[in-house]
Amino acid sequence: MSRQAISLTVNGAPERLEVESSLTLLQMLRERLALIGTKNGCEAGECGACTVLMDGEPVNACLVLAVEAEGCEVLTVEGLAPSGQLSALQTAFSEHNAVQCGFCTPGMLISAYALLKRNAHPTELEIREALVGNLCRCTGYVRIVEAVQAAAGESALS
Amino acid sequence: MTRLTHDPVGKSVLRVDAHDKVTGAAQFADDIQFGPGLFYGRLVRSPVAHAIIRSIDVSQALAMPGVRAVVSGCEMTARIGLYLVDRPIFAGDRVRYVGEPLAGVVASTEDVAQRAAELVRVEYEELPAVFDPEEAMQPSAPLLHPDLGKYKVAGFIFPEPGTNVSEHFRLRKGDVEAAWRRCAYVEEGTFRLPQIQHVPIEPHVAVSLWEASGQVTLWTCSQSPFSQRDLIAQSLGIPHGDLRVVSPYVGGGFGGKAGVSMEACAVVLAQAVKGHPVKVRMTREEEFVCTTVRQSLVARLKVGCDCEGNLLAMEVIYLFGGGAYNDYGVNIVRAAGYSCTGPYDIPNVKGDAYCIYTNQPIGSAMRGFGMPEIHWGIEQVMDQLALRAHLDPADFRRRNCVRTDDTIVTGMRMPPVNLTACIDKATQAVSWGKQEAASASHKKRGKGLAIMWKAPAMPPNPGSAAIVRFQEDGTVHVSIGAQDLGQGAFTVMAQIAAQTLGVPFEWVRVSVPVDTRYSPYEWQTVASRITWSTGNAVRAAAGDARRQILETVAEHWGENIRDLDIKEGRVISYRSEEELPLWDLVVYGLPNPGYEGWMGGPIVGQGRFMPSYVTNLDPETGQGTRAVVHYSVGAQAVDLEVDCETGQIEILKIASVYDVGKAINPDLVRTQIEGGAVHGLSSAYEALRFDSHGRAVNASLVDYRIASAVDCPKRIYGDFVETPLEDGPWGARGVGEHVMVPTAPAVANALYDALGVRFSDLPLSAEKVYMALHAASQRGEARQAT
Repeated sequence: MSRQAISLTVNGAPERLEVESSLTLLQMLRERLALIGTKNGCEAGECGACTVLMDGEPVNACLVLAVEAEGCEVLTVEGLAPSGQLSALQTAFSEHNAVQCGFCTPGMLISAYALLKRNAHPTELEIREALVGNLCRCTGYVRIVEAVQAAAGESALS
Repeated sequence: MTRLTHDPVGKSVLRVDAHDKVTGAAQFADDIQFGPGLFYGRLVRSPVAHAIIRSIDVSQALAMPGVRAVVSGCEMTARIGLYLVDRPIFAGDRVRYVGEPLAGVVASTEDVAQRAAELVRVEYEELPAVFDPEEAMQPSAPLLHPDLGKYKVAGFIFPEPGTNVSEHFRLRKGDVEAAWRRCAYVEEGTFRLPQIQHVPIEPHVAVSLWEASGQVTLWTCSQSPFSQRDLIAQSLGIPHGDLRVVSPYVGGGFGGKAGVSMEACAVVLAQAVKGHPVKVRMTREEEFVCTTVRQSLVARLKVGCDCEGNLLAMEVIYLFGGGAYNDYGVNIVRAAGYSCTGPYDIPNVKGDAYCIYTNQPIGSAMRGFGMPEIHWGIEQVMDQLALRAHLDPADFRRRNCVRTDDTIVTGMRMPPVNLTACIDKATQAVSWGKQEAASASHKKRGKGLAIMWKAPAMPPNPGSAAIVRFQEDGTVHVSIGAQDLGQGAFTVMAQIAAQTLGVPFEWVRVSVPVDTRYSPYEWQTVASRITWSTGNAVRAAAGDARRQILETVAEHWGENIRDLDIKEGRVISYRSEEELPLWDLVVYGLPNPGYEGWMGGPIVGQGRFMPSYVTNLDPETGQGTRAVVHYSVGAQAVDLEVDCETGQIEILKIASVYDVGKAINPDLVRTQIEGGAVHGLSSAYEALRFDSHGRAVNASLVDYRIASAVDCPKRIYGDFVETPLEDGPWGARGVGEHVMVPTAPAVANALYDALGVRFSDLPLSAEKVYMALHAASQRGEARQAT
């Protein structure tokens, strides 16, 4: 199996790794960089639990090969509170009880973060449509939508 | 500085696990790091639904580079089961469903393990298979378990050897035949539900390690670490003290992570490579068909009332499709049997509930445990009867629903509940009785109501234990064996401990992960029993710690313990008005006068709870003094619109109200209600589909759709009433499962209101609604658009 050296930025830190060509970005994040916040729910791009940002765009990390991330900036849930201070979005998820089992939460936060970055004041429908690729079995999405609305009301990306 | 919350019971404090979960720090089973010594296991699964295994040849798999071991059911013949020990860990002589594991491969990587698993050669002699519970009941049906009579079984389960019936629960009350003659109105119906899956977003993962010393550890996402320890220890002959089950956060359970499904396979594989942890994780496809599913059901109901609408008689037959193994499912059927009427007071009842083997995935616990299944039919046939008797369906239910102190269907006294208050609140929230126009001329609008009851279904004596320990600064560790699946158990236990101890909520930490080596015993996190049962244990443990504190301080101050209290983390005397912060004594104790010695010491409280009052039921009649610990009840009303051109259903509002006894954390109750309403709604559209060979054809999240953010009701109104339970902490009882029980029938009743068409079989779909609507309109039955 061929191996390839790649360079990329993960949560602001430069990384250089040698990876097998078949390794997915999800496997690289979880197994090589121990960034276990990004979850594996289906390995088929269907549940959204592994959503990360690649150059600002949300992707299912299970459908991206690590080698495709060469030169990219990757943001995972661990990058949302780099200084330990929760972002407005994370605080809103906590305060609105938008979290139950928590397994979809990292991917959900990343999709919501991407939405608020491109649209600071989304409507409820826009929020729901932006989160349609992130499945949650616990919450019924009610509080997740409320939390994103609340975070949008504040300085969303602080 | 953090604001402190005093007296937190009844307050909507924030979840104790939220910070970990929004930062990605929360550890789930697949997140635990094991280093380079970790091996991976993959399971070899049957491609046929029913066959005798002639041979299993593992030689090619074993020869593959990187493969460390192969284990098959030929040499590993142990069985496992909670209520009925009918399931081999690996099939060795016969397979009974597509996907059944019959061997496992351990290798250095998951990829090698998978490729080697494909090299295991199995010779099958195929047998006729049966997929429908009604067919499987026939004497001519292929027999799945010829050894049914030899399996170990719990004393309250009644299998019928020589048939496919693994449990038959009989309920006989009054004289049904005589009562039919007095009925002014009688309604009948047959209702069907398919197998559906829990679909937690986290698939099952198990890692096991056998050490040379004989110590065995299992790390897994589990609702029942202690029951898993018990079952696996019994099955494999491991001393309980040498088997340790560690369960970090669980990424959604809904019953699917209760009992044992694939976890025992990981333990058996690890035994073959001692010293190396072995990880087995389910793909999403395996999660759908190879863990467990909700049972299918065919329900035949007949119910009658007098001319005023008073229920007189009910006759039910429930045929549950239990799948290939019913080690857990038999108790679902028992629960469906003793609660077979739904929440109604009916003097004459005949009920028969059967659990029936079929060559399908294993039916097991799922949120509601038999109740969503039976209420699908009950609540529709009750609606039909109400309309037949010219009564408003809400009034009909108010007239007939169970009330406190009623003698219910099993002969038990009904514990305190207020179901009519739930009906009132739910109906008010949808402006019940008010005809409202649809939003467009091609749409029709309707409202529907369903009510429910559910008892925790479990053995008579499931226990809970808790330990409360103080630290030097007055902060508190609460140790429990109950699990947080997202429902908020850890938060609620911290609230109960803080309230009992008299310390701020923010001082309490719940010791995680649950670890059978260090955590006190808990039967299982199932049955919506944790707030009640573990809550009682935590309250007792905190009360024990509090007593130790007050005894020490009373001696120190020379006062009577009755004059002392703990408030806001300080011991106070109402008599002398003395005060002492807890940190001054909870670890180091207090000095005697003049430092002539010391008194007290580290404060460690222990508590336990186990119901002691549940009795046997007569096997012929299902009658007994107390069938269950208690019931929770609730009502759900739905306001919806149907697009007659597409069959699309739009839920305008769901109003959902439950009697929770006491809401320890009101907002967490509401989040359960909201999540449960959407889960219930989603379940009405879900079905596992199989081809004629019993192979699932939609085992992916694309083909088996669950509700996404755009599929939800426009508005969910969640509320509760509080009728205290006699033995709940502050009167609390569970609510986690109940919230999805009445959703599907409430939708069906609203559809009938809108369209004049009954949907007796799940799943619903826009296509089915469209076809039924147009078939009815051709017959001239469908209601005109209003």
